Amino acid sequence: MSTGAPITQKTALEFKSTSLTVPVLLLAGNDMILIDQQLQEKVAQAPEFFKNSPLLIDLQKLNTQNLELDFAEIVALVRKHGFMPIGIRGGNQKQTDDALAMNLPHYSLHGANAPLTANKPAAKTLPPPVVDEPKQQSQIVENKLVTQPVRSGQRVYAKGDLIVTATVSAGAEIMAEGNIHIYGSLRGRALAGVLGDASARIFCSDLQAELISIAGIYQLSEDLSKYPAHKPLQISLDNQTLIIKEF
Amino acid sequence: MARIIVVTSGKGGVGKTTTSAAIAMGLAKRGHKTAVIDFDVGLRNLDLIMGCERRVVYDLVNVINNEATLNQALIKDKRCEQLYILPASQTRDKDALTTEGVGKILEELSKDFKYIVCDSPAGIERGATLAMYFADDAFVVTNPEVSSVRDSDRMLGILASKSRRAEKGEEPIKEYLLLTRYAPDRVKLGEMLSVDDVQEILSLHLLGVIPESKSVLNASNSGTPVILDEQSDAGQAYADIVARYLGENRPHRFIEEEKKGLFSKLFGSK
Repeated sequence: MSTGAPITQKTALEFKSTSLTVPVLLLAGNDMILIDQQLQEKVAQAPEFFKNSPLLIDLQKLNTQNLELDFAEIVALVRKHGFMPIGIRGGNQKQTDDALAMNLPHYSLHGANAPLTANKPAAKTLPPPVVDEPKQQSQIVENKLVTQPVRSGQRVYAKGDLIVTATVSAGAEIMAEGNIHIYGSLRGRALAGVLGDASARIFCSDLQAELISIAGIYQLSEDLSKYPAHKPLQISLDNQTLIIKEF
Repeated sequence: MARIIVVTSGKGGVGKTTTSAAIAMGLAKRGHKTAVIDFDVGLRNLDLIMGCERRVVYDLVNVINNEATLNQALIKDKRCEQLYILPASQTRDKDALTTEGVGKILEELSKDFKYIVCDSPAGIERGATLAMYFADDAFVVTNPEVSSVRDSDRMLGILASKSRRAEKGEEPIKEYLLLTRYAPDRVKLGEMLSVDDVQEILSLHLLGVIPESKSVLNASNSGTPVILDEQSDAGQAYADIVARYLGENRPHRFIEEEKKGLFSKLFGSK
């Protein structure tokens, strides 16, 4: 018992502190039928996840509303749904005594916020893929098609690919986060991969551009004059250098 | 409802006012009641070209400010009773123009005029943008040289994005190209852009080519729209343009160099 206890004996056990992430059931009402129903819905979303899961019952919210609760009944209810209650939190004196009588310990409310947030991701681990997919799709779809000439002084920006089926005049500027396709003459500026996508390309049927750029690497018309006009070309980026090739 | 035509270019000195005067007179002479409005507030010129500078009492800005009625400000042309001129104010600047004021005037004119020709000032500032804002058709006046072509291109971009039709998502303004001060002999020497060069850059429907002509300056100085000089090449070119605009099919002229006969070769040009 005391520190002076014989230590010649081999240590058979040791006490250590650990913190666990445990689902907490925050009760906000005392309507047993409603609780039963909603528990069933939650469990149905992830039956394997909740099966034999430890559960801490939090009564703080309930007690702030001064709602009566038959503690034995709620314990029976969560057990019916496959949970294994491991204790209560935020209970009043009577609820704490009831819990102790059922061999369920009482936990203090310190750090109550941590389990609260821990509970949320635990419940959401399954649905996320469904939420994320449409987001990614909508980003890909934001291509832009321009069928009218892009005139001097106009600017066009596409979040995805940009397709222009007319000419791009000198003094016009077209930009895309993705690739750029121009089926008329390109006399203005064309900037692909403006957010840094080095795999973006520019395709054009007649290169007379003032400037072309992919992911910030650019060439001016001075350097471009050696390439033939009125010929379909593609421009890509390789190792920080713009590569201009005929098809 | 009237058809509102804006004569515009971006660049100055290319022949907007000459064209406005000629087109308005041409339409009126064909029996269509036409009004021509000078939007160049502060640099009033149209009245001179139209030869009515001594009859200006009220102007566009007076009407916008409700200092005069539209009927008081409109000047009836002495040569053609279908033609009316609304002059610009010479003592004000372009800030005197408001979208509401211009819209009100055009709406009122639309009631009993068939065509309203808006003579735009140079530049892309307030006067120019207001002249084109309510337009149904745009005559883009361009000289066959690179800076004029680029400015026209810029103007076309503004026509496509900042007009009432563009803002309301209606059918876009119909754009026509008028190539002025064209000299086929200089094109041949490579000193001037050709019709094809300009059309390749602007990709625009060509309504007509007006040759460089002494008759234009003479007409301006005498206050007679050049279209009334039926003997002159420029006058005939404008008559063709009006006819084409009204749907007639006329072949393009003045694009090729005139074949000089032996007589004119010997004695120089006329």
